[in-house]
Amino acid sequence: MTTMSPNYISTTNACKLCKPLGASLVFKGIEGAVPYLHGSQGCATYMRRYIISHFNEPIDIASSSLGEKNAIYGGGPNLKLGLTNVIKKYQPDMIGIATTCLTETIGDDVGMILGEYNREVNSPENLPTLVHVHTPSYAGTHMEGFHAAVAAVVDQLAGRKENNDAISLLPGFVSAADLRYVKEVLHDFGMEAMLLPDYSETLDGPAQLKYDRIPAGGTPVSAIRQAGSSRMVIEFGRTIGDMQTGGLVLQDRFGVDRSIIGLPIGINETDRFFELLCSLSGREIPKKHAMERGRLVDAYVDGHKYVFGKKAVVYGEEDMVVGLTSFLAEIGIQPVLCASGGKSGRLATAISAVTKETLPEQPRIEEGMDFYDIAETAEDLAPDMLVGHSKGYPLARKLNIPLIRVGFPIHDRVGGQRILHLGYRGAQQLFDLIANALIARKQDMSDVGYSYM
Amino acid sequence: MQTTLLDERQEQIHRTGEKPFEIVCDKDSLAGAVSQRACVFCGSRVVLYPIADALHLVHGPIGCAVYTWDIRGALSSGPELHRLSFSTDLQEMDVIFGGEKKLYNALIELIDRHNPKAAFVYSTCIVGIIGDDLEAVCRKVEDIKNIPVIPVQSEGFKGNKRAGYRAACDAMFKLVGTGNTAGISPYSINILGDFNLAGEIWMIRKYFERMGVEVVANITGDGRIADIQRAHGAALNVVQCSGATMDLARMMEDEYGIPSIRVSYFGIEDMAESLYTVARHFNDPVIMERTQGLVRDELSRIYPELQKYKAALNGKKAAIYVGGSFKAFSLVKAFRLLGMKVVMVGSQTGTREEYQELAEITDPGTIIVDDTNPLELTAFLEEKNVDIFVGGVKERPIAYKLGVGFCDHNHERKEALAGFTGMLNFAREVYSSVMSPVWQFTRQAKGETP
Repeated sequence: MTTMSPNYISTTNACKLCKPLGASLVFKGIEGAVPYLHGSQGCATYMRRYIISHFNEPIDIASSSLGEKNAIYGGGPNLKLGLTNVIKKYQPDMIGIATTCLTETIGDDVGMILGEYNREVNSPENLPTLVHVHTPSYAGTHMEGFHAAVAAVVDQLAGRKENNDAISLLPGFVSAADLRYVKEVLHDFGMEAMLLPDYSETLDGPAQLKYDRIPAGGTPVSAIRQAGSSRMVIEFGRTIGDMQTGGLVLQDRFGVDRSIIGLPIGINETDRFFELLCSLSGREIPKKHAMERGRLVDAYVDGHKYVFGKKAVVYGEEDMVVGLTSFLAEIGIQPVLCASGGKSGRLATAISAVTKETLPEQPRIEEGMDFYDIAETAEDLAPDMLVGHSKGYPLARKLNIPLIRVGFPIHDRVGGQRILHLGYRGAQQLFDLIANALIARKQDMSDVGYSYM
Repeated sequence: MQTTLLDERQEQIHRTGEKPFEIVCDKDSLAGAVSQRACVFCGSRVVLYPIADALHLVHGPIGCAVYTWDIRGALSSGPELHRLSFSTDLQEMDVIFGGEKKLYNALIELIDRHNPKAAFVYSTCIVGIIGDDLEAVCRKVEDIKNIPVIPVQSEGFKGNKRAGYRAACDAMFKLVGTGNTAGISPYSINILGDFNLAGEIWMIRKYFERMGVEVVANITGDGRIADIQRAHGAALNVVQCSGATMDLARMMEDEYGIPSIRVSYFGIEDMAESLYTVARHFNDPVIMERTQGLVRDELSRIYPELQKYKAALNGKKAAIYVGGSFKAFSLVKAFRLLGMKVVMVGSQTGTREEYQELAEITDPGTIIVDDTNPLELTAFLEEKNVDIFVGGVKERPIAYKLGVGFCDHNHERKEALAGFTGMLNFAREVYSSVMSPVWQFTRQAKGETP
């Protein structure tokens, strides 16, 4: 059931971030790349701070640091100067340039400025690859920025190569641990894949011997250049619809087969992912993963009574909400409100597609919500838990219920980058986390305090 | 060849004792340099943020508001309206047709919902470009709702963080002088430039109360609109630190003849000196006597534990990078008290005079830097083989990646570092990072013997 969300004019405690942040994350996941925001200095600094507080890694995002004169006469000269400085300091293989509200509004034509820059430098052949994307934050959320950046990278770099057996996998915005898991699964199926973006190492790296100006790892640009001849492009995300994404670009321009599936969260959605890999690889599900699935089912059975019938409010990015809702429904938790700051127009359809077998009654589903709306709605729903990122904490505190921390950002705990959501293994961790949160709560609230469940 | 230090940045770095003092500062950040600075909006937002009974509405697309939601550790003893993030969340159509109507409606809606004592309306980059008349909208709402509705001219691109401080001071100055000052003691002050991180201003207020000095307004930690409105009734403005509120003190001196003194509450020496400066200003033997007693009591309370930390930390090396350089003086002294050596000190928005003074009080070879960036910081930390780095969230991962200890001295921290107790907390924090056994593994990773 989708009802009209409260029609407030102002936004309080938004449940979304701005567009260039999503683009910056994508560029951080490309080998040798430096993200660059064409705008005033504050945008880059604020986003760095926000991302650092989740990943606990150095996040260098360059800026054209526009001042008042640039806003009047155009930001082109600063953009070029900034590129030259980034090249001198970082010697990147790629610079990913995202616009901001300021430069979109003053009308800077970044494509044209980059063309000029290319002609003006002494040896253009030595320039790093320059990719640019339009990300005005008055049109869409960080997720639109994320997908737009993937699409721009693919559009501006992808070409064809013969005899390419690899697939392309565009996972959307998942954790560093999720990316490592997906790579492991593909490897276990013996499949070669271009995973874009891949910040599994760049945003979750080891303690270092020496400071890397650009952390090692990321999708190789050379792999992106061959993406046009992929056997198939798989995209995670049931709400992407007709949005301009990397998958759509590969399909339209190169005729690559495209398969859109949900984020593989929980058994049902993960089964669909594994079925696809089985058919693509011609192999059975590898034993390791079959065992993980088996143990997961066993764990579901062992713990089912502790979670059954509990009510959850789920919020965050739309595709994450869809995946989490599918998972919660299959373990017997009743999602009572599924909310997002995004406005794809497809959230309700996507949720109904993944829960029609498991939920007798559809939850309330709301797009374009902020935490004021979520709090107001949640109060009547008497949930037993919240499932989402750190910014739901004030509400969890007010309602005195547990917050199951998933997604981005995790600003009030360590290890947000290591939360595994995807696959049978991710579902195992989520299940244990939720079951134990509910068991701990019952134990803490009990007058007796049994040391058995 | 990779360059760590761009040519344009050379003159913003000085090494104590190597050449006569020379540094360039207060200039716009260099494009592509990855400055640690934010923008004008950030400057205004951090200064006004702790005013807890005001509505803080950010007029612009969602980013500026969402990245500053509950961002400071600024506590309130009452209302907590400041911890919410309000935005007009401008959309494409608003950008094309103008956002004034949306701003008006949002203000009315939020004032009706929260009954604030005043509203601050922050301008962002885009508002400066599409030309919304913030002043007109604010005036209109002010007339209808009968509370001060104050525009803050904080378009991000119109300068650096310092310009934002100025815009915040301009906004607060509109409040000053509108309240009733009856009954204020002749021995009275306003506290400017403390933001009540982790309850610091409560500690400082208590010191002043023990001295017999009345605090009229907290500007802005645990701040209230009504207090700021009667702040012109105080006899003295006591201004801490970075200069965030210096402009307001200057305006109040010009308009109301209130003198001001600059103080710092960080470290034993500066904390004690701050109290003595206020006592000397009032030139009253009773106040002075109480102050001496207070300092004596506090010192004897924290001294024994401090000695323990000093014994462990003696000879360790520290680097400092903070927002405003005034705080850096106190930190240099505080480290000295712990027997430690400061080898690098810098800030985002320091002034020439402040940097010169730093050059005078630091040891030869100390690096002094204005508006630096991650790669420069990395090079400095490596060159100086630093044991602990003091900074904010953006500096933390740089230190950790290099296996260097870290102390958060920024506005997000949850530890009180001001006052006498704060010095103890500071020492404890430095100690707990420097002495952690985890560094044995990072040293291993670097191929050093543990």
